[in-house]
Amino acid sequence: MDSLFTDAVRDMLHDHCTPELVREVEAGGTADTLWKLLESAGFADALVPESAGGAGLSWAEAAPVLELFGRHALPLPLGETMLVRSLVAAASVTVPPGLTTLACAAPADDETVSCPHVPCGRLAATVLVAFDGEARLLPTAGARRAVFGFKLDAAMVWPLQAWHDAAPTRLRPPLSLRTLQAAIYSVQLAGAMAAVLERSLEYANDRQQFGKPIGKFQAIQHQLSLMSEHVFASRMAAQLCMPAEGAVFDELRVAMAKARASEAAVEVAALSHSIHGAIGFTAEYPLQLLTRRLHAWRQTAGSESAWHDVIGRALLTKTDAPSLDLLRRLTDMA
Amino acid sequence: MNALQSLAPTVIPPEDEALRTEIRRFLREATRTMPAERRARSWSGHDAEFSRELGRRGWIGITFPEAYGGGGRSAFARYVIAEELLNVGAPVAAHWIADRQSGPLLLKYGTDAQKQRHLPAICRGESYFCIGMSEPGAGSDLASVRTRARRDGAGWVLNGQKIWTTHAHHCQYMIALVRTSGEVGDRQGGLSQLIVDLSLPGITVRPIEDLSGDFHFCEVFFDNVQLDDDALIGEEGNGWAQVVAELAFERSGPERFYSSMVLLDEWLAWIRTPAGRTPNAERLAGRIVAHLAPIRALSLAITAKLAAGESPVVEAALVKDLGTTVEQLLPTLIADDLHARPFADLPASLMGTLDYTMLAAPSYSLRGGTRDILRGMIARGLGLR
Repeated sequence: MDSLFTDAVRDMLHDHCTPELVREVEAGGTADTLWKLLESAGFADALVPESAGGAGLSWAEAAPVLELFGRHALPLPLGETMLVRSLVAAASVTVPPGLTTLACAAPADDETVSCPHVPCGRLAATVLVAFDGEARLLPTAGARRAVFGFKLDAAMVWPLQAWHDAAPTRLRPPLSLRTLQAAIYSVQLAGAMAAVLERSLEYANDRQQFGKPIGKFQAIQHQLSLMSEHVFASRMAAQLCMPAEGAVFDELRVAMAKARASEAAVEVAALSHSIHGAIGFTAEYPLQLLTRRLHAWRQTAGSESAWHDVIGRALLTKTDAPSLDLLRRLTDMA
Repeated sequence: MNALQSLAPTVIPPEDEALRTEIRRFLREATRTMPAERRARSWSGHDAEFSRELGRRGWIGITFPEAYGGGGRSAFARYVIAEELLNVGAPVAAHWIADRQSGPLLLKYGTDAQKQRHLPAICRGESYFCIGMSEPGAGSDLASVRTRARRDGAGWVLNGQKIWTTHAHHCQYMIALVRTSGEVGDRQGGLSQLIVDLSLPGITVRPIEDLSGDFHFCEVFFDNVQLDDDALIGEEGNGWAQVVAELAFERSGPERFYSSMVLLDEWLAWIRTPAGRTPNAERLAGRIVAHLAPIRALSLAITAKLAAGESPVVEAALVKDLGTTVEQLLPTLIADDLHARPFADLPASLMGTLDYTMLAAPSYSLRGGTRDILRGMIARGLGLR
C-alpha cells in the first residue's frame, strides 16, 4: 500500500515537478496546475484516516513521500498541507481550501497577529497560525505580506480582527506546530541531500580533467565519501523521528533529526559546490535548485542550535542518568 | 544508492535488551572505586582479573555456541553488553579482541580442534588474542606484508616482523596475516592467517610507548619460529578474503563512537551543577547527542546485517569514519567549553579525564583502518573506483 503510494507520487513529481516548473514558481509564477494534480490524486490526504476519505498512512509510511518532496525541490507546502489535513481530520474541522502552511506568531500585541516567517507563505492559501496558546486557520488573502529571505517564504501580518473572525479550531496538536514542521523538514532535507549526493556522483564520473573523470582523484573521492556519511546519518535521524502507526512524535527525536539534518545541509551543500566548480554556481545548472533549498530548509522551523538547546536541556535536567540512556531513548525501536 | 544499501532502524530483541539491567548493576559496583581518568582508557585498559570475572558471569563469547563455552546468544546480546562496558569505561582490553574478532573468525574458518582449544578459554576470560596485520612496510597498504611462513615438514617456519600490534605484550596468541606463497608483488594472493602462540622460542615482543605515556601497542619479531601444522586458519592463500570479512566486525561496533563517553559523562556531571551549567554548555551537550544518536542507530543496523550473515564492509567503514570523527571531536569541544569560561573551579578528575582523552584521540581514526583508507572504501562503494 505505502510503496504503491510512494511510487505514484514519484511518477507524478518526475513528470510535473520539473526543474523548469520549480524555476517558474520561484520566479513568481503559479503552481496551481501542479497543486491541482497532486490534490486530485489524493496526495494531500495521505495522512487522513481512510474512514475520513484519506490514504490512512502513518508518518513512518509517509516519510518516503516527504523525501521525494526534498528530492524534487517541491516548491509547495505540501508536507505542511498533509499535516494540517491530518490535524483537521482529527479535530473534525472543515478542511481549508488550497495549500496550507504553518507559522508561529510573535507574542501577542493589541492590534495584529504577526508571523515573521511563514515557510512557503507565498504559495499558501491558508496558514495554520500558532498564537497565544492556540492554533487557528487564517486565510493569506487577509494578510499584509512581505518578502522574507527565501523566495517562496513570506512575512505576514493580520489585523487582530482576522484572528477573532477565524473559528476556534480546537486543534490541540500534541506538540508545538514548530516541532511538527521541523519533523517534516528533517525528512525533506534528507531527501534533498540524497539527490545532491547522486547528482555530485554523476558529475564526478562524467566530468573529465587531466585526462580522466575527476571522481578518480582521491581528494574528490574523499569529499564524496564525507557527503555520503552526512546523508546516511541525516536519513537515519529523520527515519527515527517519524512515528509508526498509532504513535506520536517524540519532541527529542524531532530535535535530533532537524538538528542533524540542518548541520549536514551546510556541509553537503558546500561539498557539492566544491565538487561541481563554476558550473554549479550558475543559475542554469540545476544543482542550485537543491542547494538553495538545503539552506532555506535548514533555516525553517529552527536551525540546528535551536534544537541542540532542546536536547541539551533534556540531558541536563535528567539528574544523573548516563548519556547512553538518552541515546537509547532517541534510537531504540519498540 | 550504489553498493551502499540503505540502512534501516533496527529493533534490539527484548530478550537481549533484558541483559542490560544485570550488567549495569554489576558494573556500577565493580567500577565504583576506579577513577574516571582510568576508566577513560576503556577498551585500551587492561585488567585480566576483571576479564576473568566477566567470563565467570558469561559475558564473554556470548555469541559463541554453547558447545564451545559461549552463550549461544545473538549479536545484539553482545551489543548490549559492549555498550554498557564501554560507557562506564570498564577495563576490557584483555579479552576485547578475542571476543569481538578472533573468536568469530575461528568459528567461521577454524577447524573443530582449533575451536575446542581456543574458544572455551576465550569465554572464560583467560585467553587473549592480538591481531598481527601491520608491518613496518605495510600499514595502510596491508597487501604488501612481508612476514613469511614457509612449509617445513608437517608445520611452518615463521620469519618477519609485525608492528603496532595492540596489547601483544599481554596476549597469549596472535592471529597473523602472513605470506605463505608467492612474492610481495603478488599482493593479496598468497596470504594466509596463522595462529601464533606468542610463548614460542624465536618471538620477541617489544612494547612501544605511545604519546600518552601508555604502552598499549608493540612490535613483534619472528626469528625461525616453528609452528604446528594446525596453526593455519581456514584455507592457505585465502587470508586476504578472511581478513576483509573480519573487518566488518572490527569496524562497525560501538567502540567506534563510544571512546570518549567517560569524558562526556564526567563533563555532563559537572555542567549539571549550578557552577557548571551555562547556555553554551547546554547547547554543546545537545549537539554531541544529536551526532552520536544516529550513529548508534546506523551501527545497530549493521549489527542486524552481520547477524543475518551479510558482510557490510563498506557500510561498516562509513560508520567507523562517522563515529571516530565524533569521538575525536568530543575532547576538543569540551576543552573549548571549559576554557571559554572566565573563571571556573573545575574538578581535577574531569581535567585529568579530558587530558587523557585528548591524548588518546588521535588513535581513534588510526586503529582498525585509517580515515583515508575508509574513505577510499566508501568511494569504491559509491562506484568511483
